[in-house]
Amino acid sequence: MWSRKFSLTALCTALLALAYAGAAAAQQTVKVGAIYPLSGNAASAGNYSKAAIELAVDIINNDHPELKDLPLAAGTGLPRLGGAKIEVVFADNQGTPAAGQNQALRLITEEKVQALIGAYQSGITVTTSAMAERHGIPFVNPESVAANLTERGFKWFFRVTPVAGDFARAYADFLKEQKAAGQKVGSIAIVNENTEYGNSVASVIREMFGKEGLPVVQVIPYSANTTDVQPQVLQLKEKNPDVVIFVSYTSDAILYAKTMKDLNWKPSIMIADDAGFNDPSFVSSSGSLVEGLVNRSSFAPGKPGSLSALINDLYKKKNNVDLDDASARAMQGMLVLADAINRAGSTDAAKIQAALRATDLKANQVVTGYNGVKFDDKGQNILASSLITQMQGGSYVPVWPKDKAAGELKLPYKGW
Amino acid sequence: MSLIVVQVIVSGLLIGAVYALFASGLTLIWGMMNVINFAHGDFVMLAMYTAFMVWTVLGGGPAAAVPIAAVLLATLGVLSYFLLVRHIMKGPMLAQILGTFGLALLLRYSAFWYFGANFKTLPDTILGAPLVIGGIRIDAPRLVAGSVGLLVTLLLHLLLTRSALGSRMLAVAEDATAAQLMGIRPERMQAVAWALAAGSTGIAGALIATFFYTSPTVGETLAIVAFVTVAFGGFGSVPGALVAGLLIGVIEGLSAFFIGPVYKDVVVYLLFVLVLWTRPQGLMGKA
Repeated sequence: MWSRKFSLTALCTALLALAYAGAAAAQQTVKVGAIYPLSGNAASAGNYSKAAIELAVDIINNDHPELKDLPLAAGTGLPRLGGAKIEVVFADNQGTPAAGQNQALRLITEEKVQALIGAYQSGITVTTSAMAERHGIPFVNPESVAANLTERGFKWFFRVTPVAGDFARAYADFLKEQKAAGQKVGSIAIVNENTEYGNSVASVIREMFGKEGLPVVQVIPYSANTTDVQPQVLQLKEKNPDVVIFVSYTSDAILYAKTMKDLNWKPSIMIADDAGFNDPSFVSSSGSLVEGLVNRSSFAPGKPGSLSALINDLYKKKNNVDLDDASARAMQGMLVLADAINRAGSTDAAKIQAALRATDLKANQVVTGYNGVKFDDKGQNILASSLITQMQGGSYVPVWPKDKAAGELKLPYKGW
Repeated sequence: MSLIVVQVIVSGLLIGAVYALFASGLTLIWGMMNVINFAHGDFVMLAMYTAFMVWTVLGGGPAAAVPIAAVLLATLGVLSYFLLVRHIMKGPMLAQILGTFGLALLLRYSAFWYFGANFKTLPDTILGAPLVIGGIRIDAPRLVAGSVGLLVTLLLHLLLTRSALGSRMLAVAEDATAAQLMGIRPERMQAVAWALAAGSTGIAGALIATFFYTSPTVGETLAIVAFVTVAFGGFGSVPGALVAGLLIGVIEGLSAFFIGPVYKDVVVYLLFVLVLWTRPQGLMGKA
């Protein structure tokens, strides 16, 4: 009796010890702060990005042997940190640079995160990454495209996405090709929201088009947080340009789609610079009003069985929508950061920074359609690229360049 | 005057009528009880979601959504009055301001939790094709919202100035104790004021949803204009809200068209400051 009791106690103790050891191992996590617009006017896009980052973390922390090309997918956690798991602490930038900055400070000083990722809007990436720079914390920016972000001489800032200059080049080449094919591109208008993102993309496009002999006849900056876009559409209607390029967030994109139909005006080529026009809630609410809209994207699900298609399936199973471009880029950012932390083999900020600098991912190791990931001295990914898509029957289809196209380009713009 | 400028003015009047409709509920509460309802924009947001739910769940258009939203929101107004406003009225001024602000955040984040952050829109053909008169396009949803806006504002004004109920409400607004001595129950009148204001807000929201996107933060975007409209027209004045709403709509449109969209707020707020400088009580408010 006594001995049985003893052995039972011993067993319990052993089990407890084992459980404790397990808990200790599980406690070893790497904390990453993610700053996204979870409320405010860009909340829709921000929450899709959050879902994509959560999927990236799931892929890293759990075993996904089917995604064999993707670093860290097979096996659990970060192998060089003893299988440590990634834990993401999300913070809401509320769509304002000031709130973003406060959240960055909170994540660094109170949550003690080892790295930051974010922050969707370029204007907010400016303030949040400045906080990271001041505290010597690596900051990975997956999606903000304002040109000046990598011109600040920052040492801790790494941008994975292609930037305004890349898109401007793509638009210029695309339009010149359409001109050669007989489309009208004699007058071009740019309509841009007037924060960091819209202003910088508009000015880069203007500069590039000036060099390429593409005539920009009208530039209309506006505030994205507006209740009415009728005057803008009437300004376009009066000048009647052949091509319009919209640089907009989601709420304003929806208003443009509706108002252009209401006031019955459309150009012969309508281009949207990603962002709002790629938000899944724009596509579902207003897709039928912008048939033939030309857009850019760095992500297309591709052929069944391909890495991007498998990822898209995983995402769709959880969120009931296809992985969109901005969210795919957010996910790619998280994967790049995790890969660097793993190679650093440490949670030391300087070691993670060095590992980010040494990042060298090939085209087949990334989810987005980039040619790979490799950072220059300014922290810009020099292998980033994007393709041109077109709204056809309620979803975006890659149409240009030809070697990456999945559908035929149809012009002129049809609209509704 | 070219056709396109006429179109700018017409479009401005249409959006202006909607601003007036939006602001009349806010100004009514102020006129009745000297309380600013910071949750006003979020009341509109809930009415917009009501219209959306009526469409997706019941398949009903605005004809069904407007009365449903009016009743739902009027109920919410009465509940807000009895559960929150009645109590904070006894507190200091700051408690009154922060009380309805807290209600605003509660409603907004409840909407985030329940509906998610996605933008929703009603089908753009829900009220038929736009009217075209001599080349000027009048968007049907905006025309309906604008006309109903005018009608509701007018009815509210008549109710306040020409009916016994209106007189009782105004008596309570002037001096609640004296009104009580005359046999009027102040709390009942104030509850009626909240029901009317929130009900008209329900009508506004259900109509705005026919041409605007719906999201949990849409109230925030629209409320700024509503507050400016109320201050511009004069706190407590329903016709003031109407005149100010139309003026703001047209000035916004013209300045955005001729000077540029980013300058329209500068022009509107400059005018706003000038009006308040010369007439602190607003265009039609009582000094």
